[in-house]
Amino acid sequence: MCHQTVGLVQGKLEAAGIATTAISLLPWITRRVGPPRALVVPYPLGYPLGAPGDPPLQRSILRAALALLPRRDLPVLEEMRPEPDATLSEGRANRPTR
Amino acid sequence: MAGLGDLKLSSQAFLRAYPWRRAEKSDAAVLGRPMSECRVALVSSAGLTAAGDPPFDPDFRGGDPSYRWLPADVDLGTLVENQRSDSFDHSGITADRNLALPLDRLRELVAAGEIGEVAPRHVSLMGSISAPGRLMRDSVPAVVEGLLEDRVEIVVLVPV
Repeated sequence: MCHQTVGLVQGKLEAAGIATTAISLLPWITRRVGPPRALVVPYPLGYPLGAPGDPPLQRSILRAALALLPRRDLPVLEEMRPEPDATLSEGRANRPTR
Repeated sequence: MAGLGDLKLSSQAFLRAYPWRRAEKSDAAVLGRPMSECRVALVSSAGLTAAGDPPFDPDFRGGDPSYRWLPADVDLGTLVENQRSDSFDHSGITADRNLALPLDRLRELVAAGEIGEVAPRHVSLMGSISAPGRLMRDSVPAVVEGLLEDRVEIVVLVPV
């Protein structure tokens, strides 16, 4: 139900002129609700930012969600493509895991 | 991501038959300046509460539609998770609240110059709401008004 709740709030924020982006763990629900922009990430429920105690991975997910903001071809529901955490290197590449 | 088959059988039956509401359609909001200058707020559905906040009510019929403001300088480790859903493993969020409210990560993106600033307060919802009428009527207008007052330009929403 979280995905509906978040999607409904997102629609209202966008209509009020605030640019929004979201994470989705359940794309089949997000598609039905239809918020303007969401990034589908390959993690289980309860883990929208990937893994606890993994700042590089969490940053890369947040950054990928923010990267959807310039999109105008709404609604956007895009799967995350992992990228190295370039700007804030902590000594290893980001490797999303299930 | 999670598929329907990852959920309990009782949840699957409910979700298959559930009449999903549609998000409001509007023109895309346009950023008035580069993202590196914008003020960003988070919305989390994990039902997080700060010290002194009343907890979300797990017995509220249809799901507790209330909201809490979380100040930007909150110590994430002190937040309590009140999400009533039994459909997911809560241990990750217990270990690291950034999984549901990536406030430390937002601060780092500000420090790196990728976004402008962290908004003064963020929004906590208890997202397990099957009857969203009160949420939409009472809570969401106040949340939208508060974020506009705070001159928030970008909101990142995190369901759990």
